[in-house]
Parts: sequence; structure tokens; C-alpha cells
Amino acid sequence: MSIVFATGFWLVCWVVNASLARSRFAAQKSVRIAIPVLFGLAILALWQGIVTSLSVPEVILPAPRSIGVAIGANLPTLWADFVQTILKGALSGYILGAGSAVAVAILVDRVPFLRAGLLPIGNFVAALPIVGIAPIMVMWFGFDWQSKAAVVVVMVFFPVLVNMVAGLSASERMQRDLMATWGGTYWQTLVKLRLPAAMPFLFNGLKIAATLALIGAIVAENFGSPTVGMGFRISTAVGQLDLPLVWAEIAVAALAGSVFYGFVAALERAVTFWHPSQRGR
Amino acid sequence: MGPVLGVLAVIVAFWYGAAVWLNATWTYDQAARDGGTVTVALLLSDTMAQERPVLPPPHQVVGELWKGLTAFNVTSKKSLFYHGYVTLVATFSGFVLGSLLGIFLAVGIVQSRTMELGMMPWAVISQTIPVVAIAPMIVVLSNSLGFGDHLGVSNALVSKTIIAAYLSYFPVLVGMIKGLRSPDQMQLDQLKTYSASEVQGFFKLRLPSSVPYLFTSLKVGIAASLVGAIVGELPTGAIEGLGARMLIGSQFGSPIIVWAALFAAAILAGVLILIVRVLETVVTKRMGVRA
Repeated sequence: MSIVFATGFWLVCWVVNASLARSRFAAQKSVRIAIPVLFGLAILALWQGIVTSLSVPEVILPAPRSIGVAIGANLPTLWADFVQTILKGALSGYILGAGSAVAVAILVDRVPFLRAGLLPIGNFVAALPIVGIAPIMVMWFGFDWQSKAAVVVVMVFFPVLVNMVAGLSASERMQRDLMATWGGTYWQTLVKLRLPAAMPFLFNGLKIAATLALIGAIVAENFGSPTVGMGFRISTAVGQLDLPLVWAEIAVAALAGSVFYGFVAALERAVTFWHPSQRGR
Repeated sequence: MGPVLGVLAVIVAFWYGAAVWLNATWTYDQAARDGGTVTVALLLSDTMAQERPVLPPPHQVVGELWKGLTAFNVTSKKSLFYHGYVTLVATFSGFVLGSLLGIFLAVGIVQSRTMELGMMPWAVISQTIPVVAIAPMIVVLSNSLGFGDHLGVSNALVSKTIIAAYLSYFPVLVGMIKGLRSPDQMQLDQLKTYSASEVQGFFKLRLPSSVPYLFTSLKVGIAASLVGAIVGELPTGAIEGLGARMLIGSQFGSPIIVWAALFAAAILAGVLILIVRVLETVVTKRMGVRA
């Protein structure tokens, strides 16, 4: 019975979405948000309907409702894991890694030898499976969050470096000549022209790095962690077949990842408001 | 090429220096226990050849890598070829699945406005979810549902394939959407004057002009897919594959094994990207693009 209802709800959502997308309101912001939200609700309803009507065992796929109950019942645990993995591990590593990448990029840009030598290597390393350094970092820095932050630093460093170097050469010849005719020094040109011009590229790298940071922090917990942390909790909860708790952690990870990404994207909009890709929204 | 080699030489020199510095503690501890003194010569020779160094010097890593590649039969479980092959199969199947998914989703999104507005935000959100959080989940699901048994492959391969596909579909999706939208208005108008149908326009104009974009994102996708296959080997307690080698090395406290597996993975990544690049050259040349 519930599957019929769920499928019906899903169909209604699809029809509403299709008509919304074709209507003249499609350009409005509220409609642009409403369509994916409806889409997500429809999926959730379909999920709940299938699980309850086919009585899928909880060890295979728990229903959204029992995941919600698990979230409510484990709030302190979820918060502790969030602080350990996201705030201590991922965020500190992200800031350190991105910051040093920007500094190195400025250095690379200044020294032509490094530009010719370091950049191809950086490009290559950016494509490597750097998560593999996780066991080494755990050996070096111990089980606590410092080793997770170290993994994140290395993972974040190369994408940001490559993008920032590309960004520093984004200002046009004419603009740089203009700065020269005004007698601008290297540092004045850097701060007033080239750094602002590099921002769209920098944020491109920062957005890629935002997802990598969470991956690095969670993977590193597979190689040893204190008895707190999202990766640790997920693997032990899977072992105890406590699947609602696993999905609760996944939901927190998804929320944290989306908020993190959304924050970087909002910062980008604030900093690069002048760029064509941000105009007219 | 010169500057690249120069920077590489500096990195190797720095690595040797760091190896002496980091491994020295162990040498001093040993000497203090035996009551001997540490001369410079002893320090240098000992830090280069420890069994469990903090940082193995490059020649130890290369030695272990070489041993793993040549000392055993390629089907032996000690051979890095064997482990590399296990990871490669998962990488490749995940890459194919993910690329196809990305291409089909892109076609749907370009053709249907509802798909675009409804799907696209979720595709973006799916990438902000750290896949490794879901990895143990996927492993359990594919074990309990037994997809692999139906398909005649191991369940571990199924879960690794899903994780690899999850990581690789997104770059392909984004690149394909960009590529399918790359024909400009003039070209679209011209097809209209030929009274070409929607389908003809798709196959004769949109699809061919998306190929360069496709290959750019395939290169990103295959690297992501390798990461997915390695990550997928970690929570399974797998005993085969490069990710499993890293896990084993870390559990036995043997850094040289971890470093060798890491380098093997790096070589694999380089080879895979090279293959896609060769494929790109061949295809674009046949399509009449002059490089």
C-alpha cells in the first residue's frame, strides 16, 4: 500500500517539477531551489515506501524514518565525531594546506626556474592517488587528529598550487604594463592587480580541495584513530550491524560536506563578484 | 626538461637528508643501548639501511618496488603486478561504468530542462558527500545482496567498482554537459537551414563537438577512479590490491611496503592517464583534428 502511495507522490512531484521547469517562473530563485528540494523529497518518499512495503531488513537498508530516529538519539556522539574529524582534522589541514599552497605559488611565480621545474611535477602529483600517504602520516604523527590534518595538508596542497599559479598569470599584459607606467612595485602590482585577478582560479582549486579534505580526514581514520571520529564510528557501527547509526553518520558527513562547499562557494561570490560567471544572478 | 630534472634532483637530495635526520633517533638509541658511540660514517650507513625506518631513503623504496615487480611470478600474491592488476580491474570497471553514467546523465540534462533543474544540484551535492564515508556501507550492501555471485565476480570487486564509478562520473558529467553545449548559435542555425531533425543535430553536431571536452574529463575521471578503487580496498579488510598492501604495511609497521605500494599506485596512475592521452590523439586524429 505504502509503495503505491510513494510512487504516486513521486509521480506528482515529477509532474509538478516538469511544469515548474517549463513555466515562466523557472528563472526565479525560489523555484530554482524548490525543484531540487521536491526531487529530493520524492526520492526520500520512494525510499521509505519501498523499505516499508517490501519489509527490507534494517541490516540491508534502513528506512529514512529510522535514520532520523538514530540521528536524534545519538546527537552527542555525532557532535563529538564531527568536531574530531571535520573541525580538527579536515578544517585545520585545509587552512594550513591551502595557505602554504598560495605562498608557494607566489614564490613559484617569482622564480622562473621553479615555474619550469616544479609546475609539471605539481601537475603530475595532483593526479596521483595521494590518499595513499595516509598510513605513513599515521605512523609519523600518531593516531590523533594531527595525522589526519597532515594527510589533508598534502592532499589539498597540489590542486590549490596548480590553480593559483595559473591564476597569477591570468592578468593581461596590458594591465601589467599599466601598473608599470604608474611606477607600481612588484608587491603593489601583486596585491592590487594580480592577486585579485587570480581569485577565480584560486576558488576553483579551493572548491576541489574542499571535497578532498573530507575524504582525506575520513580515510586516514582507517589506519588508526582514537575511539572518536566519523570514519572510526562508521567502520565500528558497520561491524555491529547498527546501520541506522551508519546512515546517521553519512547524513552528517553529507551535510558537513555540503555546508563546507557552500561556504567556499559563498565566499567566492563575495570575493569575485566582478567576474562574468558571477554576474546576472 | 632541464628544470624538471633539477627540481627532481633537489627533491631526492632533500629526501636523503630527511631520511638521515629522521632515522637518526633510532641509530642513537641503538648505540646508547650497546654502549657504543655514533660516528658520522655509522650514522650515514645505518640510517640508509634500517629495517623499519621512519622515512625509508629512495633507494630502499625503489629496491622494494623492484623486488615486488620482478622477484616473484606475476601470479604470486607477493608480486606487485598481481596487486596492481587487482586494483586495475576495479579501476577500469568503475571507470567504464562511471563514464557511461556521466555521459548518459549529461545527455539527459542537456535534452531536458526538468532533468537539469532537478538533477544537477543533486549531482553537485553527491560530490560533496565524502564517498569514503559511504564506502564501508557499499561493501556491506554488496556483500549481503550478493550482486557479485549473480555476475560471477567477487563481491569485493562490485563494491570497489561502485565506489570508483561514484568518484569518476562527476568530472565526465560536467565535461560532457559543457561539450554538448559547445556548438555555437551559428552552427545550430546552419543545421536548421538544412532542416535537420533534433536527433540528427545531436549525432552530427553536438556529439562530435563534445569529444575534446570528453577526453579532458576522462583524464580526470580515470585518476579519480583509481583513488576510488584504492579507497574501496581499505575498509573491506581486503588482502589483494594496492590499497590492501598499504593497509598490511601499516598494520605490520613496515613503512617500506607502504612506500612501495604508494609508488606502484603512482606509476599505475601515470600509465592510465597516458593510455587515455594516446586514445585521445588517435580519436581526434581520425576525426580530422590537426594537433
